[in-house]
Amino acid sequence: MRVVVVGAGPAGVRAAEKLVAAGLSPIWVDEAPDGGGRIYQRPPPGLERDARTLYGFEAKRAEALHATLDALKPRSEWRPETFVWHIRPGARELHVLHRGRQERISYDAAILCTGAMDRVIPVRGWTLPGVTTLGAAQIALKAQGCGIGRRVVFLGTGPLLWLVAYQYAKAGADVAAVLDTTSFATKVAAVPGLLRGGATFAKGLYFIAWLRRRGIRIAEGITPLEIQGDANGITAVTWRDAAGRDCREVCDAVGIGWGLRPEAQLADLAGVPFRHDRLQQNWVPVRDGAGRTPVAGIYLAGDGAGIGGAEVAELAGTRAALALLEDAGHRVDAAEAARLEGRLAGQARFRAALERAFPFPAALARALADDVILCRCEGLRVGELRAAARADAATGPAPEMNRAKAFTRVGMGRCQGRVCGAAAAEVLAAELGCDVAEIGRLRGQPPVKPIPIPAAVNAP
Amino acid sequence: MKLVRLRDASRPRISLTLEGAPIEAQQGDTLLTALLAAEAGHLRVSEFGDGPRAGFCLMGACQDCWVFVEGMGRVRACATLALEGMEVRRG
Repeated sequence: MRVVVVGAGPAGVRAAEKLVAAGLSPIWVDEAPDGGGRIYQRPPPGLERDARTLYGFEAKRAEALHATLDALKPRSEWRPETFVWHIRPGARELHVLHRGRQERISYDAAILCTGAMDRVIPVRGWTLPGVTTLGAAQIALKAQGCGIGRRVVFLGTGPLLWLVAYQYAKAGADVAAVLDTTSFATKVAAVPGLLRGGATFAKGLYFIAWLRRRGIRIAEGITPLEIQGDANGITAVTWRDAAGRDCREVCDAVGIGWGLRPEAQLADLAGVPFRHDRLQQNWVPVRDGAGRTPVAGIYLAGDGAGIGGAEVAELAGTRAALALLEDAGHRVDAAEAARLEGRLAGQARFRAALERAFPFPAALARALADDVILCRCEGLRVGELRAAARADAATGPAPEMNRAKAFTRVGMGRCQGRVCGAAAAEVLAAELGCDVAEIGRLRGQPPVKPIPIPAAVNAP
Repeated sequence: MKLVRLRDASRPRISLTLEGAPIEAQQGDTLLTALLAAEAGHLRVSEFGDGPRAGFCLMGACQDCWVFVEGMGRVRACATLALEGMEVRRG
């Protein structure tokens, strides 16, 4: 039986571990050179900080995951630097690119552990050099030892906002301000549910308290106005505070982000249906508590199957591998499966509280001015999408996202709507006067990321 | 945009070029780090006239850090290691 695991982050490592333990030798592909996923990404050789410096409180988890990953490499068909750009569920075949070379990998069953990326809302000036996602700011520091600027503002909401600000300040960067679009009161209201998170919640409180103690400027319940600057760089960020006053902070870099969204393009191409998760405000692929999907042979785990974080990803990776093994006729430990599902259910309750503590501020996207760039790939502005939704549009109004894409090119660019998709959906829904769940989602297209044309032409 | 080296900043030096001009970088830098920690300022210019870009997601997803490397063609600067002697052009 040919089993493929796609991804070597927390979910992929634990999935591969379980398969190997059952005597299989899965084909294991990952886009990065040395696995670890985004959260436990290892710096290239030559960068020598220890795990404690790199991963902080998560050092033990990171080290354990890396140790498992390294031990599994010789016991699986480990294929790093291998990018899966298409999946054909009928043929049960992956199309992959490895160092410019095309290959096809056939499979009987596949576990897709494709992770997540930052969810973004445009802000006036957000395409200027010096603005990155929060995840990017973290990767710059973790994997490259660099700050995204000399004096940095962090803007958005979610646990990552506070974590990255803490990591920057700790590394000696000048953190000019932390601007959270979520009010203090909203966070406080979520505390009872957050207490379920135990240590995770305590760490979050620690980061916030640490930043406050340092005297770093913190503002909550804000509305971003503009990232100011020109071709030479960023000069300041402006916002309206909770009391309605206009504020400004000088800086040369800004990290922005509003939670995460699943990188679920391969699940999409595999034919897995999606549902709109109202709490997460994300489209997520349909799967059961074990990671089974309605598509035979396709299993999902980790943030690519709905945002849950690294701890959940590890549990879900193990659980999905058990499901695959069971479906393939292996004997699996039912008690272990039940125990995993119990822990996943507990984590889901904590995640729900986190979503309430840091809600996606759809109203911010809906209120964007017409002349703000919405889709950075295509240089498309908010007003152009709004125009396509109006009844008097020359094309007739676009009633859903894929029509809007055809009419305006929103999400048609090289990132396939990964960056603009969440905000674009809110803008369109607001203009049509309907719920965001009603206008659908941008469908994935192969290749899921651009590949060189010779590679596509020479596909075997 | 200028990246600031905060940690692991005394690695062996490597040299590459951007549009023919020399860039000094460090072993283990991605191309994005090598260029933006030097004085490149930006990596590409938007095709739609809205100005320069310098990457955004740093995880290979946004495609806003494309540059050209002699002999390699178009690459994502955030996901490509800088190597001695690389000749880079903006994307």
